[in-house]
Amino acid sequence: MKYVLLICDDESKSPSNEELDADPVHQAWLADLDRRGGRLYGARLRPIADATSVRVRKGETLVSDGPYAETKDFVGGIVVIDCADLDEAIVIAAGHPYAQWGGVEIRPLWE
Amino acid sequence: MTVGMRASDDAVRTAVDAAYRDAWGQVVATLIGLTGDWDLAEDCAQDAFAAALATWRRDGIPNNPGAWLTTTARNRATDRLRRDATGRAKLRQLAVFVREEPSIEEIPDERLRLIFTCCHPALPFEARVALTLRTLTGLSTGEIARAFLTAESAMAQRLVRAKRKISEAGIPYRVPPAELLPQRLAAVLAVLYLIFNEGYDEHDETRALAAEAIHLARVLTRLMPTEPEPRGLLALMLLNEARRATRTDDGVLVPLEHQDRAQWDRGLIDEGVAVLDDAISMRRGGPYQVQAAIAACHDTAADVGNTDWPQIARLYNELLRLAPSPVVELNRAVAVAMAESIPAGLALVDGLVESGRLEKYHLLYATRADLLRRDGRKDEARAAYEQALGLAPTEAERRYLTGRIGEL
Repeated sequence: MKYVLLICDDESKSPSNEELDADPVHQAWLADLDRRGGRLYGARLRPIADATSVRVRKGETLVSDGPYAETKDFVGGIVVIDCADLDEAIVIAAGHPYAQWGGVEIRPLWE
Repeated sequence: MTVGMRASDDAVRTAVDAAYRDAWGQVVATLIGLTGDWDLAEDCAQDAFAAALATWRRDGIPNNPGAWLTTTARNRATDRLRRDATGRAKLRQLAVFVREEPSIEEIPDERLRLIFTCCHPALPFEARVALTLRTLTGLSTGEIARAFLTAESAMAQRLVRAKRKISEAGIPYRVPPAELLPQRLAAVLAVLYLIFNEGYDEHDETRALAAEAIHLARVLTRLMPTEPEPRGLLALMLLNEARRATRTDDGVLVPLEHQDRAQWDRGLIDEGVAVLDDAISMRRGGPYQVQAAIAACHDTAADVGNTDWPQIARLYNELLRLAPSPVVELNRAVAVAMAESIPAGLALVDGLVESGRLEKYHLLYATRADLLRRDGRKDEARAAYEQALGLAPTEAERRYLTGRIGEL
């Protein structure tokens, strides 16, 4: 099964890329994912201050600043993984450092 | 496989009903294990039970009805899969099950996989409950909807969504590995206990839900013979069920102290205590065992005065450690009031009131009212009973509280 992990938090912590690279929890998580052979793609997203939302209503393109949904947590990164089933995806998601202060949403790919 | 004699309509009807009770979950579980298709599994199980009525009348009732039903359902599934191309492709993958007809005794009991999958934490809680009832006990969607006071269409939708999520999100059909087992088992037990309590309430007149919950707890204890908590849960259900007949009188709630203990079901109490002893002998405690031990203290006491309240207070302390919750704190306060003194219990209840954690819970005020009344503080007791009356969810409780206010 392929899943996207949406790595979310409220952006109050915002570690730099260097800090994230140096985080032993993050390093251990990546090593575990590679050991499982499950990493297909991963990327960090710029913060919501840089986000733009687009909607088309009645033929008109509406552009607004910020993320689409007004929620407490925002997507800060995505990881595409391939693993056996939801239980394994849950184990992988639980190992991500953001799971400890934000959260990770697991979404199966629509294939 | 069959005894080869025609059977009377009554005998067949009785045999099919009994098989439905014992074998429905097993047939569905086996078919899901073989095909991975939940809807197909349910449809073919349904077909097999329909076929049983006609065939058993003609050929006699088989020696092993469960085996007959599983084989019939499996053959039905094979036939249906053969009809279309994707089905045929699937059959080739499942070559084992088309090629040979394993003797039915060799088909493992798959219900454990089914229970754990139905109670997976990625499913909404209501869906876990509905799916467990539908696939393991065979209650119809309409029956489940009525038991939970939900429209049948909404319940059907809930079941469809749950089954879709299992397939699309990749929820595995298995008993979780050891490292996940404690957490997942707790989720299974929570679903069974909710079914039981839903049935324990006044609106389940046919007792269908409580009976199904006890049945499932029994199955679980057989399938997990080395786990103490399923036994703890079964004991808890039996010990509560034993007192059911005396919980209300003419639609009015009867508190424990006024229940006619001669009417308690001795058979259920003895069985509950034996099951609990079994669990405790495994020497791995857990919240259901503790709750069952508390129920056993009540069930085996001659009356309220002869109840071992200090032991009950200790058990609530243990329960607070294992599964902290404000409701447990409230129950502990009652035990402390009975074991030590009313003011000691009242102080704990007042602490809970101040914390605001059970603000909307009628039993917080009913308990406080009861302790105030015992302490001779009538006016305060009346005010507290009235608070409870405004929040009480069932008619039986409202009648009881109204009676209490009248007595003051």
